Amino acid sequence: MSEPLVDVIVEARAPWSGVVPAGATLQIVDLRGNQAVDCLFYLAADTTERYSAPETMVWQGSVFLTTGSVLRTHSGRPLLTVEADEVGRHDTIGGACSKESNTLRYGHHTRHQHACVENFLAEGARWGLGKRDLVSNINWYMNVPVEESGALGIVDGLSAPGRAVILRAHEDVLTLISNCPQVNNPCNGFDPTPVRIVVGAP
Amino acid sequence: MTGPTTPRGPAAPSVTATPEGARDHARSQAGTVVEHMPTLPATAYASAPAGVDADALVWAERVAGGSYTHRVVRAGTTLRLTDLEGDACAHLLLFRAGEPWERLNVADTVKVQWNAYLDVGQLLLSDQGRVLASMVADTSGHHDTLCGTSSRLRNEERYGSGEAHGPSPAGRELFVLAAAKHGLGPIDVAPSLSFFKGVHIEPDSGALTWRGAAPAPAHIELRAELDLLALIANTAHPVDPRPAWSCTTLEVLAWTGVPTGPDQWPATVSPEAARAFANNREDLDARGVR
Repeated sequence: MSEPLVDVIVEARAPWSGVVPAGATLQIVDLRGNQAVDCLFYLAADTTERYSAPETMVWQGSVFLTTGSVLRTHSGRPLLTVEADEVGRHDTIGGACSKESNTLRYGHHTRHQHACVENFLAEGARWGLGKRDLVSNINWYMNVPVEESGALGIVDGLSAPGRAVILRAHEDVLTLISNCPQVNNPCNGFDPTPVRIVVGAP
Repeated sequence: MTGPTTPRGPAAPSVTATPEGARDHARSQAGTVVEHMPTLPATAYASAPAGVDADALVWAERVAGGSYTHRVVRAGTTLRLTDLEGDACAHLLLFRAGEPWERLNVADTVKVQWNAYLDVGQLLLSDQGRVLASMVADTSGHHDTLCGTSSRLRNEERYGSGEAHGPSPAGRELFVLAAAKHGLGPIDVAPSLSFFKGVHIEPDSGALTWRGAAPAPAHIELRAELDLLALIANTAHPVDPRPAWSCTTLEVLAWTGVPTGPDQWPATVSPEAARAFANNREDLDARGVR
């Protein structure tokens, strides 16, 4: 086994970004359990080619992500495949929390709380990405059931301490991560915690 | 360069051999009426539906399957989309006019309103916690918030082609063209909504189940709550299971009006809606817009 290219702890509420080389694995470990990890992917060679939640759902015919899910760009191009999943399903409907949407969801007292969009903007800027580059993202470990009526919501999580997902990159993939700081719903068990990111050599 | 190297026939002299002749030939085409075209001025639209005041129309257009349209509309405008023949699929992107970095956020739209399906009284929300448009009428009930529009690669696999000029254009290709005409690029083409084709989510598996279309004609009405740029692509839904690409005429009408007031429906439907409209008001007040 070669040494991992990256093996870091992303602190609670913090962002992380990096390029996962083609053929390499990206492992995300939910160290303490039920910690939503918001995630966006871009083709490193051309960041206008980016993860598309709709395209990913349409090709696989399902709204949940799990083992076997191929994460695609808006052109249909495969970026990564989920190779292993110790939870069973992950969300790509609910998007990222923002200061602005928090005012709608919880009230204006939340306007100045930290949020995932802040992490995406700050970390994306390091790679030349701006607000227009942000689209519907993946929420690893976040549980968003959809009922028969269409009722949906972020509910108590299905994960547990130490559970992981492992993805394999088909291309060199720029990865933006926000270790979700939300404290107003159960996506982090009301207590944001650290996660571990491991990029394994191809 | 290739082309005919000899005159095609000596009998009739060409009417377009001179600039004057070509001009007269071009001008003689004026007044041609075809099925898919805009009516100018919109107030001259002969088919205004019952209850719609033709004198208030600001946009009247019939969009062919596989085509697109786009317009900036003022706050308060009602945008009515009609599936005239039963097989239209209107893919929609909304931006704040002049400030397109604020745009429709499909994830916030379903998450904030706690529902995956569009219905009368629901709001189309921007990424800035504001209301772009309210859904004020719906006789279809067959819509989709999750599947976005079609991509060129998938249309090529399914139908043999997905380019804008081909027989089965992908919605994304059409959106890129519409966006370009407002100075926007491919990165501005974010996940979109679609109307007149239904997709159901199976509660346990999360599987996407096709629900097809409502009987024609069916329409929806969206009230612009801010000044908006609307991009509309009319093309087959990405999970339409039929082997052949199919899409029929979409009618687009818009007429003037006023935005929803703070104590008016649908600002009253939920606390989330009330706060979204309050965010609109806060923004407009600071700009001095009454």
